[in-house]
Amino acid sequence: MDFSVLLQDIPTLLLVILGVPAVLVGYIFGAEFLVRRLPDKNRPQVRPWIWVGPALLLVAGFLFIPAVATLIQSFEDNHGNFVGLQNYADQLGGFPGGGAWIAIRNSIIVWLVVYMILVLSFGLIMAVLFDRVGYETFVKSLIFMPMAISSVASGVIWKFMYWYQPVGAPQTGTMNAVVTFFHHDPVAWLQDEWPNSLSILNNLALITVATWGMTGFSMVILSAALKGIPGELLEAARVDGAGEITIFRRVIFPLMMPTIVVVATTLVIFAIKVFDVPYVMTNGLYNTDVLALRMYNLLYLSHNNAAASAVAIVLLIAVVPVLIFNVRQFRAVEARR
Amino acid sequence: MSVATASRRESTAAAWSMAWVLQRLQRSLLHIAVILITLVWIIPTLGLLVSSFRPSFKIITTGWWTALAPPFEFTLKNYNDMLAQSNMGSAIFNSFMVAIPSTVIPVTIAAFAAYAFAWMKFPGRDWIFLAFVGLLAVPLQLTFVPVLTFFVAHGIVPDNLSHIGLPPWVGLWLAHSGYGLPFSTYLLANFFRQLPSDLFESAEIDGAGTLTVFFRIVLPLSVPALASLVIFQFLWVWNDLLVALIYVGGAPEVAPLTVNLADLTNSLGQGYQLLTAAAFFSMVIPLLVFLSLQRYFVRGILAGSVKG
Repeated sequence: MDFSVLLQDIPTLLLVILGVPAVLVGYIFGAEFLVRRLPDKNRPQVRPWIWVGPALLLVAGFLFIPAVATLIQSFEDNHGNFVGLQNYADQLGGFPGGGAWIAIRNSIIVWLVVYMILVLSFGLIMAVLFDRVGYETFVKSLIFMPMAISSVASGVIWKFMYWYQPVGAPQTGTMNAVVTFFHHDPVAWLQDEWPNSLSILNNLALITVATWGMTGFSMVILSAALKGIPGELLEAARVDGAGEITIFRRVIFPLMMPTIVVVATTLVIFAIKVFDVPYVMTNGLYNTDVLALRMYNLLYLSHNNAAASAVAIVLLIAVVPVLIFNVRQFRAVEARR
Repeated sequence: MSVATASRRESTAAAWSMAWVLQRLQRSLLHIAVILITLVWIIPTLGLLVSSFRPSFKIITTGWWTALAPPFEFTLKNYNDMLAQSNMGSAIFNSFMVAIPSTVIPVTIAAFAAYAFAWMKFPGRDWIFLAFVGLLAVPLQLTFVPVLTFFVAHGIVPDNLSHIGLPPWVGLWLAHSGYGLPFSTYLLANFFRQLPSDLFESAEIDGAGTLTVFFRIVLPLSVPALASLVIFQFLWVWNDLLVALIYVGGAPEVAPLTVNLADLTNSLGQGYQLLTAAAFFSMVIPLLVFLSLQRYFVRGILAGSVKG
């Protein structure tokens, strides 16, 4: 390995590690120094903007203004001429099989529903089961570990799980080894468009990868909510003769509902925006395209900014319900303070 | 009393009675289920880890599980070849150069802003904060076209930045900072607000300035929140593929590990024994961070389970 690159770049390293914090701290000290030179009555008017200013600038510059610009661009062609809804028509015209429809179906129906249900139910089952064993912390770290791994690395890990060899050849992929052990023909998990070119199987295979990575997240949050349920409540239910399953359905589940909703909203956003897993594993082939990947390919491969903008807006429309829900939740909590 | 203690009641039934046997059976089933689930969850990672230490001809001809029985044949060749043949070595340097500033900048700026949101009065404060909450859900994809166009038009691209003597990742730092700010600010402002207000009043009476209060009172009291946020943002940036692809994807020599690994995945047809080693190499730092600071990481997730 060529470590000399690390040595050559020591100036860069120092600049980055020392320079960046120095600039940030320098900014706030410098700005405060100037504020103190102001007349007494002006200070409270100016000071807050010094402190929120950098955040406002960055958020406006990288999120707010670009979002508005994308909205405008989605109504223009690549030369800046207004074309009305033409970009949307190009993307949405080919119903049901063409344009963006495969990606829309996969992102907003297959991924959203299946991914959310899988991550939530696995998380809930694990939270409840693990709560009852003494080695809870240990198993929880193991389940949680994939959260620290990038989706790219997860993709590589699962490419090996799904590895496919034709019938008769030794199956080195874990999944196909299991399948052939039960005397079934090996399955090309990532390419198989079963059933009838609807591509449920290979999309499920991709969703499995993301579910594997994300279940630790829902497990940790749901487990914390579970531990927040007072034991007396459960004890009382048991004294009344309720079975464990009844207790789960009638006591635990309703009490955990608010937390489940919070986790679900986060998962909705993750599902709709999924990019890495399809990019690494299939690059959207075999009907596994998703909106974020389609947008990337339009932008980077086709250099079609107008089309990419229209797809981005479709993505935004899909998350608007969650956005409104989050803002409402927040205001409800604020009102209770 | 928690659920755990309630359900872990000592068996009251007499030994070998029907009820006792049933309880024992239930406990065993529980343990079997827990262990089975955990095994299923670690098998994918375990399979790749084992494969990465196997000779390449073995990887192609037999499953990784056969390596767990004697005769053992393990080798470091895949790792050596991977470091020699791919630029994963410089990619890990790039990953640090991307992730450290992309963590320091947004967390510091978010702390400034959160302090103002929590303890200063200014017109529009609540509305701006509400906008931050709304932006938590906005897909980053929405920003790529205009930001990239702007970067290209103004020379904020790796080649040009190194040409004028700046680190080539400046554009990426700023983008990651902008994207990370709504979440960071939201999390920290919620934390700062819960600090007792008498602290601020007494500090003011003692004549402490804004800077003193911030650096001497607010920050030291917020170390747990800051720690989880730093870990969160660091792992998020380290593991990010999409933002890096968009802003430095065209410059492999400054691209971080994730971009390199994705390139390797798409380009290596037969040499995929290198891929096993490369994937693990890219996981070392996040796994170290995770294993040593898991407590803070989990706390961060619990504190703000909404991330844009």
